Amino acid sequence: MTSLSAIDDLKKRAWDAAAAVVDPEIPVLTIADLGVLRDVSVNDGRVDVAITPTYLGCPAMNMITLEIELALERAGIAGATVRTVLSPAWTTDWMTEDGRRKLRDYGIAPPQPGGGRRALFGEQKVACPQCGSTDTEVLSEFGSTSCKSLWRCRACREPFDYFKCH
Amino acid sequence: MAVQSITIQETPLVVYLLRRADDSLILGHRLSEWCGHAPMLEEDMALANMGLDLIGQARELYSYAAAVEGAGKTEDHFAYLRDVRQYKNLLLVEQPNGDFAQTILRQFFYSAFADPYWRAMMGSKDATLAAIAAKSEKESAYHLRHSSEWVMRLGDGTEESHRRAQAAIDNLWAFTGELFYRDEDDAGLIAGGVVIDPETVREGWLSTVREVISAATLKLPDNDWMQKGGRIGHHSEHLGHLLSELQHLQRSFPGATW
Repeated sequence: MTSLSAIDDLKKRAWDAAAAVVDPEIPVLTIADLGVLRDVSVNDGRVDVAITPTYLGCPAMNMITLEIELALERAGIAGATVRTVLSPAWTTDWMTEDGRRKLRDYGIAPPQPGGGRRALFGEQKVACPQCGSTDTEVLSEFGSTSCKSLWRCRACREPFDYFKCH
Repeated sequence: MAVQSITIQETPLVVYLLRRADDSLILGHRLSEWCGHAPMLEEDMALANMGLDLIGQARELYSYAAAVEGAGKTEDHFAYLRDVRQYKNLLLVEQPNGDFAQTILRQFFYSAFADPYWRAMMGSKDATLAAIAAKSEKESAYHLRHSSEWVMRLGDGTEESHRRAQAAIDNLWAFTGELFYRDEDDAGLIAGGVVIDPETVREGWLSTVREVISAATLKLPDNDWMQKGGRIGHHSEHLGHLLSELQHLQRSFPGATW
């Protein structure tokens, strides 16, 4: 019989190991920053990790799953399972404050909480991550990965990625 | 020798899932054909991104169909080992890319439907379907916005872009009626609250279509004759050609991986 504290300890070690895995496409963010890591549980001594995709077609999910399995093995946790859950659907509102700051420092404008995705031709104000100006314009709704769009700053003339509200 | 097509235990829910999954896969595949050929780099990325979203939706729906059927299949069996007559997608989504205007109008007609459709499906009593709908709805909103903007730019652009956009509308319009197709297989699912009646989103679809087409200085055809058949496996000649490319590897080298 495993004691409760031993289970808690295993759960914490597993969470810490999984939480340190970074997004392969935005390596400054961990999957915990992103809100992709949803849950770590222990059942009969086995660790079960639940993650959720940002976009259904996101090709990084396979890579993230593999990275979590490796991270857990490195932490001495064998035989863990990683499963994908869809509900509740991931939203950029789950991104941590720390994650938003790291994104901005990296040169990607962070998603705006509760942003105006719904409007068919909605105007959005996105601040340039380089100079902070909001005199910016969208170049393309679709950027280098599923979760980003392509913008340009009219003030400093720099192009930049914006992490789309979702 | 090529591998045999699979047989499927077609319950109403399995049929429903395959119809929607096939829409997403075939439209996603069509968009992937643009990769490296789009009119500009930003659009190349946009079309590939939308294709990726749609193929992601298809994967979830196929995987769920496999689980519901319970015969040990995977998403790949449905995508790679069914022949034309077993595919149940809308005729609209299998139409060739044509010029850029044809691709954009095809996307617009579909996304103007998919966006409200998946939003309504979030209320499904089937938890898996409701979860897939919640993801798809967010992605479809971007597809609708992007294609709407292009419809306006093309329609209200040059004489040539206007002419091509109008030709695309005239060509594709007859395939839009099938968006609202439902049959006796669906009736029980609709009554049980598992799926919604597509008829309930027709008004919203038409109002989006009218708004954008009119802002684009384009016209909807007067002709209201609608073509159908895709939902029961009667396809245009284009789907066979598409499948021969999509399935070639798995048909010629069964189980190949890399």
